[in-house]
Amino acid sequence: MQELLKKYNSVKTFEVKNWFRAGTIDQFPSDSGACVKYNDKQIAVFNFTRTNTWYACQNLCPHRLEMVLSRGMTGDLNDIPKIACPLHKKTFSLIDGKSLGGDDLSISVYPVKIEDENVYIGFTD
Amino acid sequence: MKKVIVIGNGMVGYKFCEKLVSRSEFKEIRLTVFGEEPRPAYDRVHLSEYFNETGADDLQLASRSWYESHNIDLKTTTMISTIDSIHRTVTDHKGNTYCYDKLVLATGSYPFVPPIPGADKKGVFVYRTIEDLDAIKSYALKLKENGRSTAAVLGGGLLGLEAANAGKELGLETHVVEFAPRLMPRQLDDNASSMLADKITGMGLGIHLNKATKHIAGDDAITGLAFADDTFLSTDMLIISAGIRPRDQLAVSAGLLIGERGGITVDNKMQTSNPDIYAIGEVALYNNMVYGLVAPGYEMAEVAADQICGGDKRMSPSIDMSTQLKLIGTEVASFGDPFIENESVSVITYENKQKGIYKRINISKDGSKLLGGILVGDSSDYNTLFQLYLNEMKLPEDPEVLILGSRDGAGSALGNVLDLPETAQICSCESVSKGSICGAILEGNCCSVKDVITSTKATTGCGGCKPMVSDLVTETLKSMGKTVKETICEHFELNRQELYDLVKVKNIQDYDTALNEFGKGHGCEICKPVLASIFASIHAETANRQPAIQDSNDKFLANIQRNGTYSVVPRVPGGEITPDKLMVLGAIAKKYDLYTKITGGQRIDLFGAQLYELPLIWKELIDAGFESGHAYGKALRTVKSCVGSTWCRYGMHESVTFAINIENRYRGIRSPHKLKGGVSGCIRECAEARGKDFGIIAVDGGWNLYVCGNGGANPKHAILLAEQLDDETCIRYLDRFLMFYIRTAAPLMRTAPWLEKLDGGIEYLKDVIIRDSLGIAGELEEEMESLVDRYTCEWKQAIEDPEIAKRFRHFINAEDPDENISYVPLRDQKMPKPW
Repeated sequence: MQELLKKYNSVKTFEVKNWFRAGTIDQFPSDSGACVKYNDKQIAVFNFTRTNTWYACQNLCPHRLEMVLSRGMTGDLNDIPKIACPLHKKTFSLIDGKSLGGDDLSISVYPVKIEDENVYIGFTD
Repeated sequence: MKKVIVIGNGMVGYKFCEKLVSRSEFKEIRLTVFGEEPRPAYDRVHLSEYFNETGADDLQLASRSWYESHNIDLKTTTMISTIDSIHRTVTDHKGNTYCYDKLVLATGSYPFVPPIPGADKKGVFVYRTIEDLDAIKSYALKLKENGRSTAAVLGGGLLGLEAANAGKELGLETHVVEFAPRLMPRQLDDNASSMLADKITGMGLGIHLNKATKHIAGDDAITGLAFADDTFLSTDMLIISAGIRPRDQLAVSAGLLIGERGGITVDNKMQTSNPDIYAIGEVALYNNMVYGLVAPGYEMAEVAADQICGGDKRMSPSIDMSTQLKLIGTEVASFGDPFIENESVSVITYENKQKGIYKRINISKDGSKLLGGILVGDSSDYNTLFQLYLNEMKLPEDPEVLILGSRDGAGSALGNVLDLPETAQICSCESVSKGSICGAILEGNCCSVKDVITSTKATTGCGGCKPMVSDLVTETLKSMGKTVKETICEHFELNRQELYDLVKVKNIQDYDTALNEFGKGHGCEICKPVLASIFASIHAETANRQPAIQDSNDKFLANIQRNGTYSVVPRVPGGEITPDKLMVLGAIAKKYDLYTKITGGQRIDLFGAQLYELPLIWKELIDAGFESGHAYGKALRTVKSCVGSTWCRYGMHESVTFAINIENRYRGIRSPHKLKGGVSGCIRECAEARGKDFGIIAVDGGWNLYVCGNGGANPKHAILLAEQLDDETCIRYLDRFLMFYIRTAAPLMRTAPWLEKLDGGIEYLKDVIIRDSLGIAGELEEEMESLVDRYTCEWKQAIEDPEIAKRFRHFINAEDPDENISYVPLRDQKMPKPW
């Protein structure tokens, strides 16, 4: 299962080679997540309606290696947007993917851009 | 780049890495770590937990990715066979050679096996590594398959008792054999040891003291132990735990100075006789002693890391050997000098044989200083006593209050925890002082226990200091004039009851409005479900109205399981079900290949449904007349019943009918925690109603109503609220009771702890519910009536609304299910593939 984790590496906006169109904004529920399939990757996309911001990360929770993060609850910790895994409520920053619970788990995060009501996720492959 | 090599990846070796990477000098260091075991360092202190639920991963101190992310080259399953201290190289068992500038030996210790004839027989084990535990476990399983089940542990010290606990966890009849006349001879005196022995014997273990083992009997495998006093103990396996010996062979070959009885001699910089080589942990001989405890090992790691970075940290001149732990369900602690007895010392002891408690403190004759002590059976005073001892603090005038508690109940003998000196070490495992804990708060970096733990790492070792850390945080916040109030989370500085009242009075309808009016920030996984529950209780709204604020399970109206699939539980009121409906459940389970199990609440749980299958399954269930069982919610679950007077020859009333009525009345009602009820047809209590949040038992002349019998991890019996009620009165009291609980309990607080926290307890509750002392009985009944009237099955709602149905797709841009889900067979069914 550890192999799965290796598929996911954080992408910074300036590194993006391919903006993948994941869908239109009305397909994404407000203040929660949805899962997008990109080749053999599962990407969780979060629509923070309150702040009108979007984030994306791997759907795989690194704690128990299940494809569940898109089904978690969004929120913030001192203004850092975060996602809580639905399995054991491990929380991760959606800015840098680091765990907010004091352990050394982390997730990969991807840039999201909105253009003409379309949602794009940035990849390097 | 300076090359640093660490030999040994145990707890102390890992701590060294952790300390080194936290230094700014680390960027100039290339760190290579060698570990003989196949896995990265794990927590040996909690090794016996490996046998309960904990897996090897839970014991791991840091994952491989942690080492990778810090550019540490971790080589596991690699043994270093030689050190060339002249050319500063080490060579592994495969012949690869590595250069170092500084070398750290953290090779630890090995279990000492006394030279007893027969120790090489099958079934004789040592207790040190996860591999040892796996070997013990598989041998025990083999024994049990052959109908044998006795184990003996040689050694009644700390580790021996841990091993005995492991034997007990494996379901073996376990005996402890000790050479000395008492258990834990290094930590306990005779009285404490005999109290501990009594407790352990009471748990079903055998204790054999004063036993010198002459030889281990058996042809091929062990069959027993023959003792010098000509007695014999039959046993099917033996775990030897007779102490540890430092693993210093490498150091011997490198020509380092070694102590007479082993151990690499180090100074207070952790330097060996070769200034480029350091030794830390159980292999190091400091002050002519080898220390088998984690705390001194961690301190050594910190000193060595500092020295290598060019600092001048030194090891404390004297090492504190205090310990506090839980052994086989018994708390044991010893600190300072536990045995000291002479003319300048007064000893105070307290003994309660019935409760199995023994406490001893040793005090200087003038009553000014605490010198040491022992606690068995109740170590709740340990933190206080340890601080008084460690900081040589002034003692109260009657020092006996330290272990007896003061008669006027005037709190801790320490007075205020803030009176501790700044240097007082609160967390010995991570060496965190009171100063750094309070400082973290005073400087404004932290404002909760959680923050302090993240920032200082206090409590992350053995966890024994947690109560004191928590006291320090509370008192420091108080001293800054901050009210320490149980608020919901950082977004709402209110408790649940306050928020409940505000939502009700201001008629708030949605989460965002509540957050804008009463909170700040953007919410989190704590406050969202709390408000979802409050909206459900006040407006009778289902989980479908505001899906974004529902907890993991409520959001998808099903219980998420280990592998991300869900389980489905339809309501079966009172546990009564027709054969036709049973067949529907069977057919659906078969069609969707679901693992099927009867729940504790007299219903049927179907496991392994993928997200997209949930609406399909529920469509079929609803067509067959089922409705949501709310097993996914903090809501009424079931009302369990016995068959009652309709069939049972002892039954007094119709318990099934009453249970069905009650379950149907309260179905769908959300509460601070899940709710369960029970109805028994007579006092034989086959429905176990007194183990529920509310229990109803048929008696001559009506029903007896019991409440608050759900303590979660700490079982509680429900307490009698009212006697000999007719159906209507019983339901009226239940309405009032449930609504009062829903209004006032804290989030996730079950009924038993709620009653414990209620000022005035059950008598007060009787006043409110029966005598209406608050004048709210009518209001409570109306609120409940309105919830009952507005009940809707949320699954029916979900399958009828195409907008809601969209929620149940795994991908937003593809129809595919999650391809990563896989199963393995389990008896005649299946289970998720283990991680």
